[in-house]
Amino acid sequence: MSENGLLIIGSSQAGVQLAVSSRALGYAAPVTLLGDENHRPYQRPALSKDFLQDKITKESLIFRSQEFWDEHRITVVKGERIEKIVTTPDGTGTAWSTSGRAFPFGRLALTVGARARRLDVPGAGLDGVLYLRNADDALELKARTAGAERVVVIGGGFIGIEAAAGLHALGKRVTLLEFADRLVARAVGAETSRFILDHHRRAGIDIRLGSAVDEIVGHGGKVRAVRAGGEEIAADIVLVGIGVVPNTELAEEMGLRCDNGIVVDRHAVASDGTTLAVGDCANLPNPVPGSPAGERVRFESVNHAIEQAKVAAHALIGRQGEYAGIPWFWSNQGDLKLQIAGLSSGYDRTVVRSPADPLKHSVLYYRGDRLVAADCVNVPLDFMAVKQALTKGVTLPPDAVADPAVPLRSLLAEVAAPDEGNQPA
Amino acid sequence: MPKITFAAADGETRTIEANIGDSVMETAVRNGISGVVAECGGSLSCATCHVIVDEDDFASLPPMEEMEDEMLWGTAVDRTGTSRLSCQIRVTEDMGLRVTLPETQV
Repeated sequence: MSENGLLIIGSSQAGVQLAVSSRALGYAAPVTLLGDENHRPYQRPALSKDFLQDKITKESLIFRSQEFWDEHRITVVKGERIEKIVTTPDGTGTAWSTSGRAFPFGRLALTVGARARRLDVPGAGLDGVLYLRNADDALELKARTAGAERVVVIGGGFIGIEAAAGLHALGKRVTLLEFADRLVARAVGAETSRFILDHHRRAGIDIRLGSAVDEIVGHGGKVRAVRAGGEEIAADIVLVGIGVVPNTELAEEMGLRCDNGIVVDRHAVASDGTTLAVGDCANLPNPVPGSPAGERVRFESVNHAIEQAKVAAHALIGRQGEYAGIPWFWSNQGDLKLQIAGLSSGYDRTVVRSPADPLKHSVLYYRGDRLVAADCVNVPLDFMAVKQALTKGVTLPPDAVADPAVPLRSLLAEVAAPDEGNQPA
Repeated sequence: MPKITFAAADGETRTIEANIGDSVMETAVRNGISGVVAECGGSLSCATCHVIVDEDDFASLPPMEEMEDEMLWGTAVDRTGTSRLSCQIRVTEDMGLRVTLPETQV
């Protein structure tokens, strides 16, 4: 084994978990966790939620204390952007940063994440057109928010809606423009989209669907308005949240197969048979039990970064790790706590549970008679019951779940309990 | 200084000097208590920071809110009478809390 150990490029959720899990599994060689931002490794999800609203401090986003890194002999490197990687067939090699530093490695892991997709319309480069992906983005947005009154958010996905709800709560006049005919179309079904839309409109956010942005209009180099569908909407700042693009450039230069992410096998190993790729940047075989053979996915989620990193840590030490649990996602949007269990793709039937409380909503998704996912808003009980059912590989009968008065937990207990009368003595 | 004692499922215990105002979850994660996962970073979405509070200490904590109570029904190891989500417990000045960690959080 090379003395150079593991080099992890990317020090966000996936990279941090890989470093931690490699030590937990007894990996003894040096571990270097390298990031291109000038911050200690930190958690991103709150950037568009509590951090934006000043409900939590920067310090609370930090993953681990320096004492932890020292104690576990994990070298954390900040502010180095890798621009070139040279590998030999045995998997060892050297990575060079733009500042000229060389980082030799015995094994390489790419946890390079994804970047915000840039808006491609005239005026997109104007001062005041902002994105929200990393801590510096969030700090800039917060700084600019202070002096802004009117905000136009472009994109009705999780980031756009979370930020819109947060900025609205801060007293800003918020208009949200979504190109599609419904919100969060990529992650939730039509019923949930409508529930979210109605709620945020009632709360006072001006949401426009089917809205194609033609131009960002400026004055003196600064944003003044957004022109969409022939109409001009005045804006002091514009926040763009139109999805992300996986960072595959380093992998492509290394000759690794990439296709909507770095293509890896179910052990998180890339096409060269040695490089590990984990998190938002990785394209992997769908890990959900019962998925169609050959189906591949790329996740953008904390849960995935953690679980795939654990699998990769096993591969690092020559063992086979199992991807534990089922994918889940969350989004906090003002008064709405949305929790999603499982993947609804391919569903052919939904059952909506409609509690009397107008702030609550849940939808269960079925492929045939098999439960595959649920969207739950402010109903953690439903979310947790579906997550447990999916983890155990059992289905909650579609006819039984429609009544919101019946707790899903009791249905789960019925279907999950062994029928004792039929057990061998 | 406030002190939190974490007892792992295998019996190993660690006592950590905590910062007032942090959550018990943050105290655990930053110091590498591996029995606390905290996938959602403390936003009450995942129930992977489940702890079982020592009975003597439980009553001294502020009561939990409905959302935490609901989330506790979905923990990987079933809740007990003194279960809490550690992201919802704030460290206070004179705290000397003892918690036991479940065998698994996922």
